[in-house]
Amino acid sequence: MTSLIERILPNVQKPARYVGGEYNQIVKNKADVAVRVAFCFPDTYEIGMSNLGMRILYGVMNRIPDVWCERVFAPWGDMEEEMRAHHLPLWALESHDSVKEFDLIAFTIGYEMSYSNILNMLALSGIPLHASERTGLENIVFAGGACTYNPEPLADFFDFFSLGEGEDSTVEILDVYRRAKAEGWDKPSFLREAAKVPGVYVPSFYEHRYGPDGKLCEIVPLDGAPATVTKRIVQDFDSSFYPARDIVPSTEIVHDRTNLEIFRGCIRGCRFCQAGFCYRPVRPRSVDTLVRQAEEALEDSGNHEITLSSLSTSDYKQLGPLTDRLLDYCAPRKINLSLPSLRADNFSRELMMKVQTVRKSGLTFAPEAGTQRLRDAINKNVTEEEILTTCATAFEGGWSSVKLYFMLGLPTETDEDVLGIADLVYKILKVWRERATSRKRGCRISVATAFFVPKPFTPFQWEAQIPPEEYTRRQQLLREAMYSKSVEYKWHEPHLSRLEAVLARGDRRLGAVIEQAVGNGAKLDAWDEYFDYSAWLRAFEACGIDPDFYARREFAKDDVLPWQTISVGVSRGFLWREHEQAFRSAVTPDCRTQCMGCGANELYTEGECDE
Amino acid sequence: MSRILFEKAGNGIWISHLDLMRVFQRAFRRAGLPLKHTQGFNPHAFVSIVLPLPVGTASRCELLDFELDPPETDLAALPDRLNRALPEGIHCLAAYDGGRKIRELCLLHTGITLEYDAGVPGGAPERIAALLNGSSVVVEKKSKNGPVETDIRPMIRSLAVSQPDGNTVVLDAVVCAQNPTLNPMLLPAAVALYLSADTPSFSSCRRLEVLDDSGQIFR
Repeated sequence: MTSLIERILPNVQKPARYVGGEYNQIVKNKADVAVRVAFCFPDTYEIGMSNLGMRILYGVMNRIPDVWCERVFAPWGDMEEEMRAHHLPLWALESHDSVKEFDLIAFTIGYEMSYSNILNMLALSGIPLHASERTGLENIVFAGGACTYNPEPLADFFDFFSLGEGEDSTVEILDVYRRAKAEGWDKPSFLREAAKVPGVYVPSFYEHRYGPDGKLCEIVPLDGAPATVTKRIVQDFDSSFYPARDIVPSTEIVHDRTNLEIFRGCIRGCRFCQAGFCYRPVRPRSVDTLVRQAEEALEDSGNHEITLSSLSTSDYKQLGPLTDRLLDYCAPRKINLSLPSLRADNFSRELMMKVQTVRKSGLTFAPEAGTQRLRDAINKNVTEEEILTTCATAFEGGWSSVKLYFMLGLPTETDEDVLGIADLVYKILKVWRERATSRKRGCRISVATAFFVPKPFTPFQWEAQIPPEEYTRRQQLLREAMYSKSVEYKWHEPHLSRLEAVLARGDRRLGAVIEQAVGNGAKLDAWDEYFDYSAWLRAFEACGIDPDFYARREFAKDDVLPWQTISVGVSRGFLWREHEQAFRSAVTPDCRTQCMGCGANELYTEGECDE
Repeated sequence: MSRILFEKAGNGIWISHLDLMRVFQRAFRRAGLPLKHTQGFNPHAFVSIVLPLPVGTASRCELLDFELDPPETDLAALPDRLNRALPEGIHCLAAYDGGRKIRELCLLHTGITLEYDAGVPGGAPERIAALLNGSSVVVEKKSKNGPVETDIRPMIRSLAVSQPDGNTVVLDAVVCAQNPTLNPMLLPAAVALYLSADTPSFSSCRRLEVLDDSGQIFR
């Protein structure tokens, strides 16, 4: 008799994403396994399988002989309907066992608008949503990832959070769990012991108190819990785990290529960028290691594309020698090498031409702001001259299309800054007219604007978001200023970004809102097909919470911040100094020009920042 | 041009045709067997699959044509090399040079399993055989311009119905493969349409053999 899952599969889109069985997936004998982990990604297979962090930790966990880590993704809407209609609980891809049978349920959370998927996946698994309702040692739910630097909106649902890079701490957490399970501890004993692992934050060990004005006024650690929990980093990044024998999906995913992580951290310090501060300090891999990893991964996967992964490719000191050696390997094998997030400097221009020998990729810039004054205020150290010179070189080399990314609503932004975007675009068009060598297809400039979202652990963490109506006004102002047929303008709708702002800087009281929103049908919020703003607005109303209290709120310098129990290594004093610099439109040099004492180097006890 | 014979089973049946082309291209690379590519700005590999299977259908007789650069002399060792590089459910059975012209592939031998969770209704195999061996069987067939009414009976070359156990009916059918093509899943669809009391709880299909016009095995 055909199983229920297989009977459902003919009725859903892209069934291959629900069955596993890909090349290099890991299957273990249950009899040899002491701890089973369901590693959940709160979005679809195509998104989750593109996530490097998940691939690393899948390898790290499965390297342990008595641990079996399997993958779980959010089902698309058609599959969810079938599952609900047939009472089929959510399953893990490797064993097809239901998630409820697992010891540990781990999530990696990189985006605020996936919170509804987390609750939905727990509900589809038949697991109680609230940590307090899960009383046993089975189904311990924890999470890591960028969003867990302010995990408070999710505090009701998770037993603990693993902060920072998980290569080492995940192994230590699994050691504690293995002991707990073997010795039959109760859940509180397990959590107390897990909290001793550096980087583990147990939200139930902290009481959040609110004042009569509704603001958070005090965070009280209970039972001797540490006042601060500091994120973990990998000390020896060069020799840390790299998934060279990685799962090769049998169906198309978003980033269908080998990912080579060249360094962690960022020397730049763009003031809006959470990753730029949270992933410090800067730690590179050596060229030898990277070339070896690239060859191993390409040979094992059969991929025909490899991309360098980091926050700012151009800042890798050995980029010239690295790309030379990679091209030596890739070019004769017709493997495409792509170099994202290049800066618009001289060196990168030469590199761009060199890499083009395999395949010509698009030209993309993220100036983020339209005027030099605002770029200085956000510390985005790219000049108009650099952009125009790079465009000129590219147009001369036969390129004819450019993509530009900007943000609207950045702190201190005026209409002049908004119109500055259009000015820059027209200057690029002028450069094309003067310098282009290939005019047949005309020049195509795509401009995209996103709505600025203030994030924790950035110099703008204290700042309010502008109202959605004001964002829309600025967006229309810009649209009217760009009337050339060569320009294609796309903008993000403000509603999603408004919710993102609420959740990014939210506190524990938002747990009820998320739960209510999911009850109202919120899911797959990052997908236009499913995003339902009204489901969220009704949830805020039902809970008596005003989203503007979070999105529109400007924190004072000494306000209690919901995320202040957590440290990413960068000091609050440094962030505040950067905040003040922004309002003076003063730039801060990058880490290599001068160390500004952010504090992240103190995490790096076994090495020195790559200055 | 060389050809491999492969089977699609288990989890592999859910891999779509386009995805399977990519799976094979990667598997050839992994196995150290470089495919010949077209010249030009966006080179693509010389691989093609004969008569792509619908998603969800198993098969033990799939054919893939390919060209290697440089050509591989030891084709006998190729199935093992590829199988080490293929995902679960996609399994290479043989490799050989040349092969017959695709247009000579005319017929599909398929097995269709009808599952009845509450037991096979009495007399169902006989009613199904009578229906599908009758003079005409008109069903709705998907086409580019929406559904059209089609008589599938002329496309069924032979049909045998059996009941291996109390919950299963098996249709053993030979149907047209090209010009026109009959999707074998239209047979259980016809059962549901004309014999609603005999509608199965679930049906699935497995391609058993590809044949030429005279019923000889096509390779």
